[in-house]
Amino acid sequence: MEKRYINPYVGGVVLGVVLFLSFFLTGGGLGASGAINRVQVGIVDLVASFHVDTNIYLAKMGGGTLNAFDSASIWMLLGTFLGGLISGFFNKRLKIETRKGEGISNKTRWIMAFIGGAIMGFGARFAKGCTSGQGLSGGAVMAVGSWVFMFSLFAAGYLFAYLFRKFWRV
Amino acid sequence: MFPLESLGKFTLYLLSLFIGMGFGAVLEMSGFGDSRKLAGQFYLRDMTVVKVMFTGIIVAMTLIFFSSSVGLLDFDKVWVNPTFLLSVAVGGFIMGIGFIIGGFCPGTSIVAASTFKLDGIFFVLGVLFGVTVYGETYPLFQNFVEDGEIKRFLLTDLFSVSTGTIMLLVFLLAFIMFYFAEIAESYFGKKTPWSEISLIPKNKRKIAAASVLITIAFIMFFVGDLTPQQKWNRLSINEQKQLDERAVFVQADELRELMFKDIAFLKIIDLRDESDYNLFHIKNSKRVPLKQLSEKESILELQQIPQPAVIFLVSNGEKLSSEGYKILKSNGVTNLYILDGGINSWLSRYPIEGVNPIQSDNKEQLNYKFNVAIGSKYPSSFPNVEHFPAIEFTKKVKLKSKKLTSGGCG
Repeated sequence: MEKRYINPYVGGVVLGVVLFLSFFLTGGGLGASGAINRVQVGIVDLVASFHVDTNIYLAKMGGGTLNAFDSASIWMLLGTFLGGLISGFFNKRLKIETRKGEGISNKTRWIMAFIGGAIMGFGARFAKGCTSGQGLSGGAVMAVGSWVFMFSLFAAGYLFAYLFRKFWRV
Repeated sequence: MFPLESLGKFTLYLLSLFIGMGFGAVLEMSGFGDSRKLAGQFYLRDMTVVKVMFTGIIVAMTLIFFSSSVGLLDFDKVWVNPTFLLSVAVGGFIMGIGFIIGGFCPGTSIVAASTFKLDGIFFVLGVLFGVTVYGETYPLFQNFVEDGEIKRFLLTDLFSVSTGTIMLLVFLLAFIMFYFAEIAESYFGKKTPWSEISLIPKNKRKIAAASVLITIAFIMFFVGDLTPQQKWNRLSINEQKQLDERAVFVQADELRELMFKDIAFLKIIDLRDESDYNLFHIKNSKRVPLKQLSEKESILELQQIPQPAVIFLVSNGEKLSSEGYKILKSNGVTNLYILDGGINSWLSRYPIEGVNPIQSDNKEQLNYKFNVAIGSKYPSSFPNVEHFPAIEFTKKVKLKSKKLTSGGCG
């Protein structure tokens, strides 16, 4: 039987402590999208190394002798995955399934997830980070850009929520 | 003093792995692997995202700024996302749309994938596709996303208030959001009839926790931010040692050599008054009075100087430049050096014909007699080897680039 999720405020306090430890020990915050970007560059570098060397954006991470995987953020990404896996195991939530709103098929949900992910991945590069790296981490150290980012993200979410209400009906 | 510096690669990667595990675990435990929970946010029926995220922000903010005010953490060495106003606003908006369609953000999708949620896996694949598209079309947006960078632009700079004030305001904002989040959740989520919803917060533990945070913010507000002198005192004894052991006092000949070398940025700051500066100064040096040097704008400019850079402080002797050194160093400016013996030593090493020394005990005065102001017109201001043959000197300048950990998203 799946265990219940923890109280969101307790979760928030733990998250705050983890975020603080990240800053306190390494000087940098949490994040995920930058590392996902590195994974992409690393994969492209394996199959088309020349392309990475000649594309100015990709070259910054994997050009020449640079190894896109050789970065602390990759290890944080791996840790995030493992942390989720371990917590999922102990809370009996490891289960192959698709979480979706009522009234849509699994296939529709997968397509939506892929499209949403693509938009997010694309947007995250404009925003120079994702919800965790730009929003959460930057927000905690009072970066102006991060607060602008958060308001912008939530504003768009609420503005477009009505359009996509069918997909998230409960 | 934290953050830990000169971490070996192995240690840094290991630390990042453990921090990531904590991050992933707390996201999973809070329910962020479930897309319905995340999307529910935008239909006001499940406000977990706002609660977790803003509790995380205010707790981390408190710990970061409190530990930095007591001298445990050197905030100048903490990575702050640079601000690109337009680019982050557009990026945030795009991501908001992606959020409501896909039901995740990149970090949470990793956690969903790790617990075998298929929608999470498809989302991660989508992100990989999205960044590929971005990488390939990057030249189209390059100017837009790279323009207007403001480094280390904090809310305290934007509103010109102290850290404590911002903390108070952010906490208030968060508590107001939590208050309405609870009401929205009961009404839209649990479908509690409006008449049965209590508008007065009753949970004693929550009130207690909120009071603790507000109290800390008030203390920070009343204590105020550190002055440069206080910051200097807090810096490890090492910094004072650098001065005492004269490790940062660079001889005229080494500065001269750097002036002729093609290094990225050599900035010579002349702290003397205008009349001394007009009489004589080193070529390409910029006059910045000590008072102006301590101002926010000057410090920011020097903090943001493209690396590798070398910054020199110059006065007639060494007193003024040492003062300047302390101010800049306590504000996290790196690669900073002082001209050994100041302009007086410079002039004795690179003499100008007709300009003779004056006997004086005050080394902070210009101890040379000028009949006319020559500014930087003479070879002595830019002493090449033909005029002044090279001599041996002790090398002290170390060209190192300041590298801050940029966090996973940088």
